[in-house]
Formats: sequence, C-alpha cells, structure tokens
Amino acid sequence: MVTLGTETGRAPILRPMQSTVATAEPSGVEPTSQVVLEARDLNVYYGDFRAVQDVNLDCHKGQITALIGPSGCGKTTVLRCFNRMNDLIASARIEGSVTYHGIDLYGPQADAGEVRRRIGMVFQKPNPFPKSVYDNVAFGPRVNGERDKKRLDEIVERSLRGAALWDEVKDRLDASGLGLSGGQQQRLCIARTIAVDPEVVLMDEPCSALDPIATARIEDLMQEIKQQYTIVIVTHNMQQAARVSDRTAFFTTEVNPESDRRTGRLVEIDDTRKIFSNPSDSRTEAYVSGKFG
Amino acid sequence: MTTTATTIPTDLLPGPHSRRQRRIERVVVAALVAIASTGVLVTTGIVASLVGPTWQFFTARSISGYGQEAVEVAGADPYAIPADDNPYAIPTDDNPYAIPTEETGEEFVLRDSSSIDFADESLIQYEDPVSVREFFTSTQWYPQYGDADFGVLPLLVGTFLIMLTASIVAVPMGVGTAFFLSQYASERTRRILKPVLELLAGVPTVVFGFFALLVVGPHVAARIWPFSDVGIYSGLSAGITVGLMILPMMATLADDAMAAVPRSLVEGAVALGATKREVATQVVLPAALSGIMAAVIIALSRAIGETTIVLLAAGSQAVWTFNLGNEMQTMASYIGFAGIGDQPTDSKGYQTIFAVGLLLFLITFVLNVASRRIVARFREVYE
Amino acid sequence: MSTVEVVREAARISLADTTSRARRGRDAVFLGALWLSLLVAIVTLATLVTSTLVTGIGSLDLRLVSSFPSPFAADAGLQSALFGSLWVTITSGVVSLVVALGTAIYLEEFADPRSRIQRLVTVNIQTLAGVPSIVYGILGLAFFVRKPFDWGFTVGAAAATLTMMVLPLMIVASREALKAVPPSLREGAYALGATRWQTVRKQVLPAAVPGIATGSILGVSRALGESAPLILLGALAYVSYNPTSFASDFTVLPLLIFKWSTEVQVEFRALAAAAIIVLLAMLLALNLVAIVIRDRSRISW
Repeated sequence: MVTLGTETGRAPILRPMQSTVATAEPSGVEPTSQVVLEARDLNVYYGDFRAVQDVNLDCHKGQITALIGPSGCGKTTVLRCFNRMNDLIASARIEGSVTYHGIDLYGPQADAGEVRRRIGMVFQKPNPFPKSVYDNVAFGPRVNGERDKKRLDEIVERSLRGAALWDEVKDRLDASGLGLSGGQQQRLCIARTIAVDPEVVLMDEPCSALDPIATARIEDLMQEIKQQYTIVIVTHNMQQAARVSDRTAFFTTEVNPESDRRTGRLVEIDDTRKIFSNPSDSRTEAYVSGKFG
Repeated sequence: MTTTATTIPTDLLPGPHSRRQRRIERVVVAALVAIASTGVLVTTGIVASLVGPTWQFFTARSISGYGQEAVEVAGADPYAIPADDNPYAIPTDDNPYAIPTEETGEEFVLRDSSSIDFADESLIQYEDPVSVREFFTSTQWYPQYGDADFGVLPLLVGTFLIMLTASIVAVPMGVGTAFFLSQYASERTRRILKPVLELLAGVPTVVFGFFALLVVGPHVAARIWPFSDVGIYSGLSAGITVGLMILPMMATLADDAMAAVPRSLVEGAVALGATKREVATQVVLPAALSGIMAAVIIALSRAIGETTIVLLAAGSQAVWTFNLGNEMQTMASYIGFAGIGDQPTDSKGYQTIFAVGLLLFLITFVLNVASRRIVARFREVYE
Repeated sequence: MSTVEVVREAARISLADTTSRARRGRDAVFLGALWLSLLVAIVTLATLVTSTLVTGIGSLDLRLVSSFPSPFAADAGLQSALFGSLWVTITSGVVSLVVALGTAIYLEEFADPRSRIQRLVTVNIQTLAGVPSIVYGILGLAFFVRKPFDWGFTVGAAAATLTMMVLPLMIVASREALKAVPPSLREGAYALGATRWQTVRKQVLPAAVPGIATGSILGVSRALGESAPLILLGALAYVSYNPTSFASDFTVLPLLIFKWSTEVQVEFRALAAAAIIVLLAMLLALNLVAIVIRDRSRISW
C-alpha cells in the first residue's frame, strides 16, 4: 500500500490501491453494483455534423463494459467523451451530460487533466513514448507531481506487475519502450495508464493491432484487473466482447435522409449474456448473429 | 466488504500540483504570444524604416551643407571636443577620426545636423525635395554629387537586364537538371545529387562574386559579347554569375514541383507506351507547371535582390545603358554601394538608400504575392 | 499461301519496338539537351571550385588564421574576421532560435488552427522570407545603428539585424519539426493528465530536437555566409582586432573576402581565395553535422 500526498482534506496525489471492492459479486449478477460513468442524452457534434445521437448508457464499478457495433457508429467518439479527449478536436462539442460518480465531466467541478488522471485510456495503436520503459511508466506520476525516486520505483514495479509485464522487462527498465514487441508495447501502455491509479480504464480497440497470442494475453489481463479498474472497451471483435465483458452496448449507424451522412446511435445495452443470446432489438440480433457488419 | 464512501470523489478539481502547473501554463502562453508577435513587429519595422525617410526624400528639404561660419555663429566649436565624442566630426580617407581643418568659408557636411542650433539660417545650404517625376523618368543617377540627379531608371534597367541574363542562364539549365533528376536519374544518382544541390544553394554570394572577378568577367563575358568591347566589369558578367548562383535553387524547386506530380498520372502515360521524353514534356511539365512557375518567380526575385555579386562584377557606375557589356548598377547594388560610405542621416544622398530600398521591397513583395497566387490558382485544376 | 500459313502469319505476335525513327530522334535530342545542361552546370561549378582552390591553396597556412588584416599582403590574415563572424553568427543563431521556437510552439501547440493570429503570423513570415537581404541591412541601419537604438556600427547591431533576417527560416524549420512529431505522442501524454505545456516540454520538444537542431544549423549557415546586409552595418571597415564586446567594431569573413577581392594588389587575390576555402570549410562542417543529426534521428519511430 502506498500512502502519498499531504494536502489537507483532499484525496492524495495518487490514491491508495484498493484491496477490496465494494460490491464484489460474481460477474453476471450485479443488481446493486455502483454506477461509475454515465452518459445521458449524449449528442456529439463535429461542427454542424452530428456524429452521435441520444446515447444513454452507464458503466458499473468492477465490470467490463463493451461498446460494439459496425465501423463509423460512434463508439470511439462516445468513449473519448468519457475522458474529455474530444476536447482536443477544435470543432467537437457535446450536448447532454456525461457524469462520473454524479460529477458532470464537462462542468465547472471538473478539470480536464484531473478527469484524465482518474479515467485513463489505452489506444488502438500502442503509443509508448520514445523513452525508456521506466520513464514511460513514471511519466504519469511525475506529471502529476510525484518526485520521490523510491516511490516512483515502487509505482513502476507495481504497475508493470499489474500489466503482467514486469518479468519480461525488469532487467531492462532503461531500454527504449519502442524496442518491445507490439503486445509488450500495449501492455506497457496499460502499465503507464494504471501507474496514475485511475478508477476507470478506457480501451479503444486495444488488440486490433496485435496478433492473436498477444490479444489473448491482454484479454486475460483485463479479467485480472477489472476488480480494481472499471473497464470500458470499444471493440469491433464481437467474440472478444462476448468473452471478456460483463455488459455490452450495441451501436449502429443511421443515415440522415437529408444530408446523407451517418449518425451513430445506441441501440441497446444489457448484460453480455443477454445481448448475445436473446437481444431485445432485432438490429442487435442481426449484428451479433453475423447477418451484417 | 469495505465501504466506498470515503473513496467516492465529489469533484474533479485539480490538486495543488496541478493548479501550479496550470498557473505556469498561463504564464508560458503569455510569453509565447509575446514572442510570436515579434514576427509581426519585424515586418512593421521594415516597412516603417523604409517609408519614413522615403517620405522625407520626396517632400522635405534637407540640409546639404553650411560653412564653418554657420557653426561658429551657432556657438558650437567643433574643434574643442575630442574626435570620438564629436558629433560634428566626419571621417576622411586619410584618417578615420580626423576633424576637417578647412579654412573658414569652406563647406563641410556634418553627420547629424539636427543637433545643431543655427543662429543664422541664411548660411545653410539646402537640397530640395526630389520630385517623383524626376525619380521615375530621369535617366541620370548621380545622387552623391554636388549637382545631383535622382533618376532611378538606370538602376531599374540595370536590375532588369541582369535579372534577364540570370534567368536565361538559370531557368533552362535548372529545369533541365530537374527533368533529369526526376525522370531519368536512378535512385542512387538522385540520392547523391539532391544533397549536392542543397549544398550548392548554400554557397555564399561573395564566393560567386569572387568567381565573377576571377573567371567570368575577364574570360567569359569579355570573350563572348559580340556587341561591344567588354572590360572586366560588366552587366553580362554579373548576370551570368547571378544565374549560376540561383541555378541550384531553381533546380531543387523545379524538381520538388515535378516530384509532386501524382505517380498515377505518370504511370498512366507510361502504360500507354509513352517514352520518357513524352512523359516528361507532355505529362509532368504541364502538371508541375504552377510549381515551376512559382520556382522561376522565386529565383528571379532572388536575382533582383542580389547585391554582392553585382557589386563585385558589374562595377559601381549607374550608367544609363541597355548594353549588357557595360558596367551598370542595380537597385540592390546601389544600396550596398551607398551604404559603404557614411553619410549624414538627413542628406538626400542618404535618403536615396531608403527610397530605392522601398522600391526594391515593393517589387519583390509583388513578385512574392504573384508566385503564391499562381500556385494557388493552378493547383485547383489538378486536385 | 495456304490457309494454315495465312492464319500463322496473322497470329504471329511481335513485341518489337515500333517507335518511329523521328520519335526516337526527338527522344535522343531531348536527352542530349538534358545531359548538356547538366554538364554545363557541373563544369561551371567544378571550375568555380578548382579555380578557387588553385588560387588559394598556396596561402592556406597557419599564418592566415593567426594574423590580422593589413595593407600588406604578406602580413595579412583573417583572425579578426573569423572572430567577428563567430560573435555575430552565434549570437544571432541563439537569439533567433529562441524567438523562432517560441513562435513555432505557440502556433503549433497552443493557438487555435483557425484563429486570426495564425493567419497573420503565417502571412508575415511568408512576406519576410521573400525580402532581399540588403533590405534587412537597411532596417538594421535605420533602427539599430542609428536612432532609436543608436548602437552604431557594432557587433550588437549586426547580430540584431541578422537575427531578424534568419528568423523566418528558423520559424518555418521549427514548425516543421513540431509538425513531424506524431499526434499519438501528444494523445498518450494528455490521457495521463498532463497539461499542454507539460506535454510540450516533456514529450514534444525532446522528440522535435533533431528537426530543431538541423533548422538552427541552417539558420547559422545562412548568417555565416551573408555579406549584403553587413555592408550597410559597417563591416567593410578595416578592423584589425578581435571583438571584445557587443559594442566592438567588427568585420566578418565574407566581407573580408569582399574587401580582399577588390584590392589592387594581385597577392590579395590569393588571400581572398584562401579565405573562401576557410569559409566553405566551415559551412561544409556545419552541413555535415546537420546531415548526421538528420540521419541519426531516423531511427526514432
């Protein structure tokens, strides 16, 4: 357990790792699990173009929520709303609300940097920094104020273990992160994301650039860490969603008859088992049974 | 089961470290904006520095000289102050710090007459403002002389002739070299030649000027000019050398333009059985035309502004002539020539530097804008 | 012919070259013209190099670098010009790098891409890049030598003038270097909660260092070889001592070459050529450093 920070009355810089989770129920039956992230009536615009329409979804603590659907249906757009990465696009704006534990992510009580510390992201193509393995993992804590070398060492080791990468790199922490294989690089990215001790980890198609063996390792890793880190994953691989997630949200695109442009919308969100065996909406059924997409 | 009450956050506000980072960022951005504004300031500075004295050149009277009596009447004793501190001293050829010791009544010109309080203005000699008509229509340019003439036409003609010669040298060879590089040369040749061209483009102009004095002037220009006798200094020598100087730049820019032609166009022509020549002249050339034209204009603009080579190769006489075999001056080389001496800041001779400089700036500015317009207009056709 | 033979004739496929002789003739002429222009260019430039080398190599000795300019060719050397060049170009290189980098960082990382200030600064840079170098000399003469700054014909005025001249080039190079850093690097940093400045300082700038370094070397090379603006700033004077401060009189290598080229005595020709060799050697060394940096940095992504 790592104790940090000296601010009075505020959470420490990096919250201590939780050893137990509030509502640890076997996956599949969570009637009382806590909602961590919630989107209500979310619409996302790029300039005048509405990319995503009327999304209502919630992600529960300790679970993996998967966002699936054909390409262009806005799953990544929605995901990036959860950690305010869409702020980086000048023309992007949202209507509706996105909340984290009830706090409006886009409101005055939320600072973008702080949001991203609590809600981390792993990207589709592994993007380790052109620095050493150690410096990759230590970057987040350093940027958030951690200076003590011993504590950084502990955090780095803990995070690399948490990402199932420690044994492979413990002897070459000074080697460049770019020298690792694709699967290792992605686990490095996961390690650096959990190094800042987030509550949620967003994953944008994390395995699409990896080979099947590396993919399997990451899927295993996801299951290991989901108790500590609520995970929201975008994937275009249905089988992965079915294997890995507790709840699944299915998106589709609708063509706007006037402008001939496609807008994404959420069709349904439910327990994964239900989505894949007995979905409520026929479009969901068509997609998961392979009739299209 | 542990409660999560203490670990549910109520806000996402930044902690002290983050707050400090944000404060730092605000300061940094302010500093960066200030720095970025200097770019704008420089342009303003250039225009301002040119417009003021030019305005004076055309509208104000300048003091051209006054007898020593005028200075003595004003109460100033130019000989009492040490040379370096003496604002009234002017350097002569014999001794850079000498104070003139002419007899009373002899004229001399002071460095900065604005600091003198004349008691008797009738002793002052003035130069009249230069009329715009004389500036643009007179064919005599003798601004440093007693009975000065301020017709800029000789400089304009000189500039034009040298620019023309340079373009005759640089454009065909430059475009030819670019054709060779982009259509005929192997990848290995290209990899060697391209950096060599970039290196050549960086050779200082004074080196070319020296080459003009050593080789081009006496041995090339003097030999090949059929219309008159040519000495070591000539517009032809300067023109050829300026052409050589802009040749690497012309070749590189033209090659960039040709390399930007989409491969699909080229491959389409090759697939139809066209020879390399036909591909080069009938497909690549038209497609790259806007880029090549822009390159030509940039190269010509460079030639117009060239000072050192012309100063070394074409002499220092602003001769009114259309004969390339003669000595001549360009706008740029006149400015350099005038600037070597140290003239009083409010004399017409000094102000010519600014008037000619403004003209030069305007001409190159128009060319600059034209080259960008051309690129923009032609680009639409192919994209 | 029998039917079989007719059919065989018709079926014979040939891939022989069918270009007409005239067409092939034009090809040859064109290629010949290209070779000719390439040849002329190469021959001329080779003549330039060899004539300079031949003229100057004899005078290239230690005495050249250890002596100062003198009216007597036998005693003359280029030390004051060498040091003057170093003072002026290094100062202008450093100052223009700071200003250019600041401008580039602001434009690329902080300013809204569609904002007015972007367009304003970009247009300004394009205008400045097309201004002849002698006009920068006029600017320096009017502003730095005379009032308002009133520095006189000194190293400081020269450095300030060259800084402004080299600035557009440096800004463009710095912007390109920053643009070359992949966006995924920035995204990775933001996603960990870094502020924009933290990202720029800790990730973008270190990654852009090779590009920025090559850009500054380009700027310094340009400043080293300049002659025209410095003519107006008093560098053509006869200076026989090294600069001691920014208020010193000075001369630079290109202008010493200029002066020696125009001397009446023939011996100065050889000295001018030797000085050219020194100048070109310095520029070549700079360019090689830039090429090495550029090649080394290819490995990064």
